[in-house]
Amino acid sequence: MIRYSETHEYVRQEGEYGFIGVSDYAQKQLGNVVYVDMPEVGDEFEAGEEFGAIESVKAASDLISPVSGEVVEINEALEENPRLVNQDAIANWIVKIRLSDPSQLDGLMDEDAYRAFCEK
Amino acid sequence: MEENKKTCLHGHHTSQGALMSPFGGFDMPIQYRGIVEEHNAVRSACGVFDVSHMGEVLVTGDDATRFVNYIFSNDVTAAQPGQCLYGMMLNDHGGVVDDLLVYKFSENKYLLVINASNIDKDEEWIQERMNDSNPDREDGMPFRIDLELVSEVVSELAVQGPEAEKVVEEVLGIPCADLTFYTFKETHLDGHDILISRTGYTGEDGFEIYAEDEVIVDFWEKLMASGQCEPCGLGCRDTLRFEVGLPLYGDELDDDITPVEAGLTMFVKLEKAPFMGRDAVAKQKAEGAKRKVVGLELADKAIPRHGYEVLNEADEVIGHVTTGYHSISLDKSIAMALIDARYAAMGTPLKVRIRRKTFPCAVTGKKFYKKSYKK
Repeated sequence: MIRYSETHEYVRQEGEYGFIGVSDYAQKQLGNVVYVDMPEVGDEFEAGEEFGAIESVKAASDLISPVSGEVVEINEALEENPRLVNQDAIANWIVKIRLSDPSQLDGLMDEDAYRAFCEK
Repeated sequence: MEENKKTCLHGHHTSQGALMSPFGGFDMPIQYRGIVEEHNAVRSACGVFDVSHMGEVLVTGDDATRFVNYIFSNDVTAAQPGQCLYGMMLNDHGGVVDDLLVYKFSENKYLLVINASNIDKDEEWIQERMNDSNPDREDGMPFRIDLELVSEVVSELAVQGPEAEKVVEEVLGIPCADLTFYTFKETHLDGHDILISRTGYTGEDGFEIYAEDEVIVDFWEKLMASGQCEPCGLGCRDTLRFEVGLPLYGDELDDDITPVEAGLTMFVKLEKAPFMGRDAVAKQKAEGAKRKVVGLELADKAIPRHGYEVLNEADEVIGHVTTGYHSISLDKSIAMALIDARYAAMGTPLKVRIRRKTFPCAVTGKKFYKKSYKK
C-alpha cells in the first residue's frame, strides 16, 4: 500500500514498517538530484516534521514525513548515487521507519487522489 | 502585484517547454532540458541564452566620456572605440550600485549594459549624477550629455561555448572571428542594425548580440533549427558564472559590498580623474577591508546555499554563503562566501551550517574552474 502527502512524499507500508521517499512527480519537478540529506538511524519524528532535505542543482527542498515513527534504516545507496531518485523514485526510498501509528496512512492520498492533486 | 515583464522570446520559451520563473522583474526561462545538460553543452560545445532582460542605457554628447568616467569605476579614457569594459557604479560609501559592461563607440557615445534587477534604481541614480557638478571641468558646469533608456527596444542573446564562433558565423551569418576578447562591432543584416561583442558570463568563449525584437526572434529560431546550439535557461547561467568566480549582483555584490571586499579592485582605476566612490574605495584599500568574498570547498557532498552561515572553528558566525552549488564541472560542493577578513587566508579551516548540521570546509580561491576565453 502506498500513500502520498500534499508535500509530495510517499509512504509505502510493509507491515509495521514504512518506506518514505519523494514521489515521481516530485523528482521530475526537482530535476537532477545531487544530494539527499538523511536523518540517522534511531531518529524519531512526528507526521509533518522535517526529517531531511533533497537537493537539485538549483535548490534544497525539505523532506516532510507523512507519518510518525523511528528511523530503522536509511538508503545508503543514495549517499553515493543520489540520482537513483531520478531513475526510480519509488524503488529508491529514502528512509525506512517503524510506524508508530499505522492508522495515519488513512489520512493520506491514494494514487488516484494524488494524481488528481498533482494535476490541479 | 505588478506582473512580470516578458521578453520577445517568451512565447518560444513556453512553447518549447522551458521551466519559467520570475527573475529581475521578468518571467524568464530557468531551464529547458535540465541545468546539468545545458551547463555541459556550454562547457563543451555551444548554448544560447535569452538575456533580453538586461537593461541598456545610451550616453551621448560632448561630455559623454567625462560623464561615464565619473559614474564608472573602470577607465574609459584608456579604451579604444570598439572596446568593452567591465566595471561598477559605486555609491559614496564605495558600495556597488551595479556592475556593468560599458561599450565605447566613440568619445561621444557609450552603451551601458546593466542588470535587469537594477534597471529602475540605476536609471534614477544615473539621472541624479547628471545634476552633479562636473568634477573634471573648471567651471563646475553640469555634464552636457543625453541619456536614452533603450532597454525596451533592445533584445539580447548570449551564444556561449567553444563552438560559439562557428555557430554565429555559420548559422547566423555574422562574421565574428575577427573580434578579440572584450571588443565589439556594429553590423547590418537585411537592413537591421546588430551589435555583437566577444563577451559573456560563463567563463567560455562566446558572443553577446544586441538587436531589435524581430531580429533576435529570427536568430533564436535559426539557432534552434540548426541543432548546433542548446537552448539554455538562467539556471545554468548561474552555475557557469559561479564556477569561474564571476560575481552576481545580489549575491557577491550589493549596495553595501565594496569592490575591495568583493576582490574586484582591478576594475577600479583609482589613478584616473575623480569618480563616484573613489575616495571610499581608496580609503578602504589603504586600511584593508574587514570582510572578503572568498571561495570555500567542502569535503562532504552537502550543498552550501545562499545565506547559510559560515562559522569559525569556535562555532562563531563569521559570515555567510553568497552562492553555493554542487559544482557540475568539478563534482564537488563549493561556495563563495562573504566572511570576516581575518579568516580569509587560503586553507583556513571553517564550517558551514547546512540545516541541522555543520560541515567542515576550507578557504580556497574563487576561480574554481579555469576560464577558457579566446583572447
